[in-house]
Amino acid sequence: MKKASVIMIVGSLCLLGLFAFPLWNIMLGAPQYPDPLGMNIHISGIEGVSEFDLQNIDGLNHYIGMKTIPKADEMWEFNVFPSVIIGMVLLGVLLGILGFMQKIDYRYFLGWFVLMSILGVMGMYDFNLWLTDYGSNLDPHAIIKVTNEDGTPMTYKPPLFGYKKLLNFDVSSMPATGAWLMFVGMSLTVIAFLVGWKSKKSQTNQ
Amino acid sequence: MKKYSFYLAAILGPILLLSACGNQNGKASSDGALASNNAEKVYVAPGEHDEFYAFMSGGYSGNVTVYGLPSGRMFKEIPVFSQFPTNGYGYSEETKPMLETSFGFIPADDSHHPDISQTNGELDGRWLFINGNNTPRIARIDLKTFETAEIIEVPNSAGNHSSSYITENSEYVVAGTRFSVPVPQRDMPIKDYKGNFKGALSFISVEPETGRMDIKFQLIMPGFNYDLSHPGRGKSHGWFFFTTYNTEEANTLLEVNASQNDKDFIAAVNWKKIEEYVENGGGTMVPANYAHNVYSDETHSATSTMKKEVLTVDPTKVPGAIFFMPTPKSPHGVDVSPSGDYIIGNGKLSADLTVFSFDKMIAAIEGKKFDGEAYGLPILKFEDVLGGTVKSGGLGPLHTEFDGEGNAYTTFFISSEVVKWKLGTWEVIDRKPTFYSVGHCMIPGGNSAKPFGKYLISLNKITKDRYLPTGPELEHSAQLYDISGDKMELLYDFPTHGEPHYAAAIPASILAPKSQKIYKLAENEHPFATKNVSEARVVREGNEVHVYMAMIRSHFTPDNIEGIKVGDKVYFHITNHEQDFDVPHGFMMIGQKNSGLLIMPGQTKTSVWEPMQEGVWPFYCTDFCSALHQEMQGYIRVSPAKSNIDISWSLGE
Repeated sequence: MKKASVIMIVGSLCLLGLFAFPLWNIMLGAPQYPDPLGMNIHISGIEGVSEFDLQNIDGLNHYIGMKTIPKADEMWEFNVFPSVIIGMVLLGVLLGILGFMQKIDYRYFLGWFVLMSILGVMGMYDFNLWLTDYGSNLDPHAIIKVTNEDGTPMTYKPPLFGYKKLLNFDVSSMPATGAWLMFVGMSLTVIAFLVGWKSKKSQTNQ
Repeated sequence: MKKYSFYLAAILGPILLLSACGNQNGKASSDGALASNNAEKVYVAPGEHDEFYAFMSGGYSGNVTVYGLPSGRMFKEIPVFSQFPTNGYGYSEETKPMLETSFGFIPADDSHHPDISQTNGELDGRWLFINGNNTPRIARIDLKTFETAEIIEVPNSAGNHSSSYITENSEYVVAGTRFSVPVPQRDMPIKDYKGNFKGALSFISVEPETGRMDIKFQLIMPGFNYDLSHPGRGKSHGWFFFTTYNTEEANTLLEVNASQNDKDFIAAVNWKKIEEYVENGGGTMVPANYAHNVYSDETHSATSTMKKEVLTVDPTKVPGAIFFMPTPKSPHGVDVSPSGDYIIGNGKLSADLTVFSFDKMIAAIEGKKFDGEAYGLPILKFEDVLGGTVKSGGLGPLHTEFDGEGNAYTTFFISSEVVKWKLGTWEVIDRKPTFYSVGHCMIPGGNSAKPFGKYLISLNKITKDRYLPTGPELEHSAQLYDISGDKMELLYDFPTHGEPHYAAAIPASILAPKSQKIYKLAENEHPFATKNVSEARVVREGNEVHVYMAMIRSHFTPDNIEGIKVGDKVYFHITNHEQDFDVPHGFMMIGQKNSGLLIMPGQTKTSVWEPMQEGVWPFYCTDFCSALHQEMQGYIRVSPAKSNIDISWSLGE
């Protein structure tokens, strides 16, 4: 159980990577952008991959009537997400310590994972809502209005995950380093659960 | 006495050679298999980059052009000494001061010899220096922005031709006068030239961090013509070598009268010794008047300051600093081998090359073996300093470059060829025709301790039939040779803009990563910048109107202006708000007696317009910037001089 508790602590600490690295990355390449423009989505705000990328993405998007990329203080998520992550790290470490001291058993580790997964899915759902709004809530006076074959106005929602062609742009959207660290951390908490379960079983068998 | 037959040969040579060259004109059809191999060597596939940047002087264009090697594609023309309507250089308020001189605003010049800054004798790629030959000036081009950053005028000089060569740590950029003149200038009979005219050799210090130039001292030499120069390097670092002609000091019909002495001189100048002399208080500060023009990337503006004195040095006051080496046949180029051992004199009316040995020169100086003196300056004995003679078999040697593998390459103007020969043994290894009458040749880094001996370019003076004819006026021609093997191979032939007298090339790997993409708007300190669209405005001050304007894809802010009157002087101060690579915007105003502007991202430029007629007049963006480029336009209402319409401006109302 001590081993499982240490893995639990390490796993939850992996979430701290989200404060150093972006959660998600969206890249936009086009014929006239051989060096693609890109945005890194951090839990505390959106940054350009290169210094002027956000300004340049906004500059291009004004032609199709998209809103500008929100600043950190324009979305509640960027205030709440860091607190949620800190809370989950503290909870995970606390569970690990309690487990180490034999105060709680391994099932709490799985409980943490389930809670984190629910929060994660909620976060993704929220992110997707924003992408949809960003890509389809367009200025009615947009300079360039393109319609689909069925006559409906074309929207420009970037993909949540993977690749999509938007007019002249090739857009790819992928989890970034912070998310990968989070996935590793969450996997470790499952391993912590399994290790704890196994050691419990072997104790019982003795 | 020079034999008259040389003079005849100079005239007849090209004629004879032109007729003899008919069957070996290097056209691809002469050798299909070889030619296809050569095509591969110069082919830079679409989207691929060249291996070298080549900077070619523009001659009478006054500018510098940038080419890629081996493709021969031209990338940019950098305006230096001439007004350039393409982007507004010399027309915009910010850049007009760059062309100020002691003669006032000078719109054009004749640019000659580019040289790239060096550290420890190797190209460092920070700056490019080039001389204006007609109104003597030296310019420094910043190789991050590929723009002219500074121009300093050279007083007491005329025909600034033995310039702008730099020492091995860029301590000095050197500018010598080709035409001797009265120093200081005064009204005197021309026939009194001899003994009265002087030739100034200027040592311009280069500040190591900023590159800022300042004339440290001028050597006031006898009134010869100082044609070309080169720095010593390695063991000869601390010396500078200048060719002279017209040691006869003729003032008329020089083609005959300056070709009488069998030998002219190469002047060897120990600049370290003179530097020490002036640092110890030597030299005479004399009144002068010359412009020093500096461009700032922060204010996007140039300032021009007139300097009022210059430190001159009488060479006879610094014993042991200057020696003359007799050199046959009116030498043109003087070139120093990469190791600094050999000084090559290219006697332009000769068949042979004279090579001096630096070691022998030092030995002769130490042994005080002099052969008389000229104006108090010792002349070394020709035989004592001679390192060797290259029996070239050609005629009219002008310039020599080096490949770093122990070989030298000399151009022959009259016999129209490049001759490869070996340093030390002086044997000729190969020769290839040029098309036609080559002036300078250039090997990347060929004027440094570390040449990149892969390609040689011949910069030819005569083009004739090389390309499709374009009427009487043709561009000059250049040939690219592969020099990586024992024998030179002609690879390619391409036209060059203006008249490239010389060129300098550097591996792209040194420059390309440093090339700046935009100017940061946040760092723009132009006094008339509009850094935020909320600051865009129009301000009247008497009959001057200042328009603070911003531009971004695809509109001007403001784009409707009223209250301008006939007789006003309207200053458009326009700031490009783009911060994206390669998104310049242009500006032109109908009826403007000025060039348009081409404004880079983050930059502010100013153009003046003096409305002459009432009406509503448009302006627009001249650079196809975006899908809505055609919409990027505006109107100005011009009212009668006596009208009382107030200034107003708007966008989107």
